[in-house]
Amino acid sequence: MALSQDEVLAGLAEIVNEETGIDPTSVEMGKSFTNDLDIDSISMMTIVVNAEEKFGVKIPDEEVANLVTVGDAVNFITNAQG
Amino acid sequence: MNQKIVVTGIGATTPLGGDAKTSWQALLNGESGISTLEHEWIARFELPVTFAGQAKLPAKEVLTLQETKRLDPSSQFALIAAREAWADAGITDVIPERLAVEFATGIGGVWTLLDAYDTLREKGPRRVLPMTVPMLMPNGPAAAIGMDIAARGGVRTAVSACASGTEAIANAITRLRSGEVDVVVAGGCEAAMHPLPMAAFAAMHALSRRNDEPTKASRPYDIDRDGFVMGEGAGALVLETEEHALARGAKIYAELAGGYVTSDAHHITAPDPEGTAAARAVLGALKMAGAKPEDVGHINAHATSTPVGDIAEYTALKRVFGEGIKNIPVSATKSSTGHLLGGAGAIEAIFTVLAIHERMAPPTLNLDNPDPEIDLDVVTSPRPLGENVLAISNSFGFGGHNAVVAFRTYN
Repeated sequence: MALSQDEVLAGLAEIVNEETGIDPTSVEMGKSFTNDLDIDSISMMTIVVNAEEKFGVKIPDEEVANLVTVGDAVNFITNAQG
Repeated sequence: MNQKIVVTGIGATTPLGGDAKTSWQALLNGESGISTLEHEWIARFELPVTFAGQAKLPAKEVLTLQETKRLDPSSQFALIAAREAWADAGITDVIPERLAVEFATGIGGVWTLLDAYDTLREKGPRRVLPMTVPMLMPNGPAAAIGMDIAARGGVRTAVSACASGTEAIANAITRLRSGEVDVVVAGGCEAAMHPLPMAAFAAMHALSRRNDEPTKASRPYDIDRDGFVMGEGAGALVLETEEHALARGAKIYAELAGGYVTSDAHHITAPDPEGTAAARAVLGALKMAGAKPEDVGHINAHATSTPVGDIAEYTALKRVFGEGIKNIPVSATKSSTGHLLGGAGAIEAIFTVLAIHERMAPPTLNLDNPDPEIDLDVVTSPRPLGENVLAISNSFGFGGHNAVVAFRTYN
């Protein structure tokens, strides 16, 4: 069963917290991974790998560059669940 | 340029304690760092050996989350030890281009490698984490330290199995004496307490199987010794030219007077029973120190508690010291810490430095029935040393590696 946008956000926030220690409540739709959350490229790749596993989706490498904000990632994952 | 090299900082995380001073005090107290392992994988794999010397202080209690995520456990231990040594030395004014790192490991990032392989097999290549390669590479610990202290004078990793930590210290001498650098952070680390290395060492019957008495298992020179006990952790020393240390008014623990490396070319795992090359390593270190065998006042032996290895080292020592060996206090500190493989030489160098500095040879545990074939003056309770002492620390490794370093009281 496909998850709602809020459920994906909550799941993604957990992954971000696990990787970086950032408080899950700070992981908000409008925030930029790099500029607001200070997540570097290595953590971003790890987050992508873990998100693919958690949500059962495939996030192509060329798509990762487009995931600037948390909202971008949440929307991509929500739609990719099919 | 033949100026003196001095030790100005020490740091360690070992089965005896989370820092150098705590480890040293526990060693003097006769404590054992060996215990039964509680990991679920011990039972799951039905490992024939169920105990080891785990680092007393888990790395995650010291490091940031990011550091524990991006560093193999071996690098985590290395960073903890190096930071302690660096803070202890109190260096604030070194030129980055004249600061180097010589940091060893025997096995490297084995946890990272094997975890990643499990992930690959179970979940496929897309699940393999991006940091896998930099985490598993054996130069990872040295590189992590180099980045942490901004060392731009070269970061290198000696890999010579259980001789690695001592070889790294010997290598530092060359860098410092050549005038290329002023300061080197040197040492070694290991974190191989994983079911595969434990199964593999057990398969070659290198490990003690005294599962019912873990604290009695590491018993160098005892007639009932049956193998080494694996340990984990790291040790780091800040080594500095005397000129640089004096210019900044540093406290000095001891002089690093010599270091030498030889190889057996005999057998991939068994030491040469004649001990010829091991003896040459001792003599080489003494020659560099401008000393003679009769000047040696303390030995921290390799003494892993294997039946063959302890005899081979004794043979080598007899070759160098003759009958005089009976009068030199020998400490076999692996009886307390277990064998930290690539980290062993580093923590034993620290124990040797502290023995000189504190004028106290540390005890050897579990020598209940000395092997009649080994006629050494083994220190079994802390023994005072003289005001001026030259001491050596030996390390030997699979591959026929022999490495010896010599430290001396600094006046």
